[in-house]
Amino acid sequence: MSTILTVSNLTKKFGYLTAVKDLSFTIEKGNVYGILGPNGSGKSTTLGIVLNVVNRTSGEFAWFDGNISTHQALKKVGAIIERPNFYPYMTAIQNLKLVCKIKEVPENKIEEKLELVGLLDRKNSKFSTYSLGMKQRLAIASALLNDPEILILDEPTNGLDPQGIHQIREIIKKVASTGTTILLASHLLDEVEKVCTHVVILRKGQKLYSGRVDDMMASYGFFELKSSNTDMLLTFLKNNHSFSKVTQENGLITAFLSEEMNSEVLNRSLMDKGIVLSHLVKRKESLEEQFLALTKNEAN
Amino acid sequence: MLRLLQIEFIKLWNNKSSKILIISYFVLLCCIALISVIKFPLGEGVHLADIGIFNFPYIWHFNTYVAAIFKLFLAIVIVSMMANEYSNKTLKQNLIDGLSKKEFILSKFLTVVTFSLVSTIFVFGVSMVLGLVYSDYNEVSIIFSELGFLFAFFIKLVGFFSFCLFLGIFVKRSAFALGFLILWLIFEQLFFGFLGWKITGWDVANKIKDFFPLESMSNLIKEPGTRLDAVKALGNQVGAEFSSDYYVHWYEILIVLGWTAIFIYGSYALLKKRDL
Repeated sequence: MSTILTVSNLTKKFGYLTAVKDLSFTIEKGNVYGILGPNGSGKSTTLGIVLNVVNRTSGEFAWFDGNISTHQALKKVGAIIERPNFYPYMTAIQNLKLVCKIKEVPENKIEEKLELVGLLDRKNSKFSTYSLGMKQRLAIASALLNDPEILILDEPTNGLDPQGIHQIREIIKKVASTGTTILLASHLLDEVEKVCTHVVILRKGQKLYSGRVDDMMASYGFFELKSSNTDMLLTFLKNNHSFSKVTQENGLITAFLSEEMNSEVLNRSLMDKGIVLSHLVKRKESLEEQFLALTKNEAN
Repeated sequence: MLRLLQIEFIKLWNNKSSKILIISYFVLLCCIALISVIKFPLGEGVHLADIGIFNFPYIWHFNTYVAAIFKLFLAIVIVSMMANEYSNKTLKQNLIDGLSKKEFILSKFLTVVTFSLVSTIFVFGVSMVLGLVYSDYNEVSIIFSELGFLFAFFIKLVGFFSFCLFLGIFVKRSAFALGFLILWLIFEQLFFGFLGWKITGWDVANKIKDFFPLESMSNLIKEPGTRLDAVKALGNQVGAEFSSDYYVHWYEILIVLGWTAIFIYGSYALLKKRDL
């Protein structure tokens, strides 16, 4: 698998504030990455550095095999950071033609990409007349003009209405399905959970985790159980070594697994003991729960 | 190089106000020709063209001097083409799209050089036509003498526009950058006055003044009025002596080229240092 971006020991200081601290990670081709972190955790700064608009204080980063200059590499990258930036007095077509000139790609993809983001019928309107959602979609079209090796999106749904958010997500999914590598920075966890296979989690400029979303916590998931015979159920669970922790809340019992077990096995052994369940669900922690657990652990 | 110019051309030509200013600038350059019809109400009326302002080679001096006044129009365009990149944040987007900082500055500088070159060609054309119509001397050797003024005009524009470019990057807001330009003009004079009055004495101050950016640019083409025979004759009558040296000197060109290099490199250094 080929590497698209390698970041090693990257540090950025703004005066006394260290925005990014000794950050290292790699982006491999074909995956969908999420950079997660609360506001001010250094996501945008990191992206700014690799995109050549913020100067690093120390550390290195290399695009592709590291043999080409950053601005040449960026011609093979599509990126949108924070807000869509275009010339307000120019139409969508004119703006995209300019981008083609900068990226040194032919102009024949313009219509196709405008179609993809649903702006073809507004192609001759000035950028200043667009709504925020349309501006963001135009930005995505512009980022895709060169059929990039990697698409970088920084908070692409920020400030959009639910409909706009949905549209952007659909476009991202469409792009991801074509095999394009995507790097999505966001503080919206469900957004990342829905589309990403890998995550890099940042807090105060430091990396807490990077790897597959599934491997984020060494966890086997948990059962949510309900029974009319709550006491017997609790005793059973507490005496079973497969469960590390059992909690009870509003009659709903949550039992965390310490080893792999499927719900069929649990159900059968409970039946053998004469405990009948009225509710049985096996779940994994959501990204949000994992994220909060991870950031909390580190805080201590 | 052509690509960088095309990029800049797309940005400028699609902007309505830039387009209007650029067009009016070149129309104004052509309007130098209108001077020829100005008539002074002396006796039965004296045509300005008849007192020799369109004689070769004097016309090169006169027209470049007058044309340089209009450069303010393009200065507005250049300052705003730079400052707008900041206020629209398109500078950031350009860099992300794969333009290097060097290419960005180069594209602006090439535009400045192109503007200056086209202006010079325009002034050459207009002067040539006017001269052929009105000049008393039409020998080829006379026509093509003193073309140094055209070269100086070109260098002067490149220098001045580079200063505007630098101000655009430095101040980031077009209105403030233009204000700063005027402030700088006043500052140069104040500084000169202060030098002469308190520190070095007037002789030395006059020499130092030639090294100031704006002063060195305006020095390239000195005022042509007192070189006219008619004005000289008038001066002699009242006993005034004009013994200035009107020609363009190589060291004056060098000073302006020096400032141009400083401004362009300064813009690049500023851009490189800044986080966007």
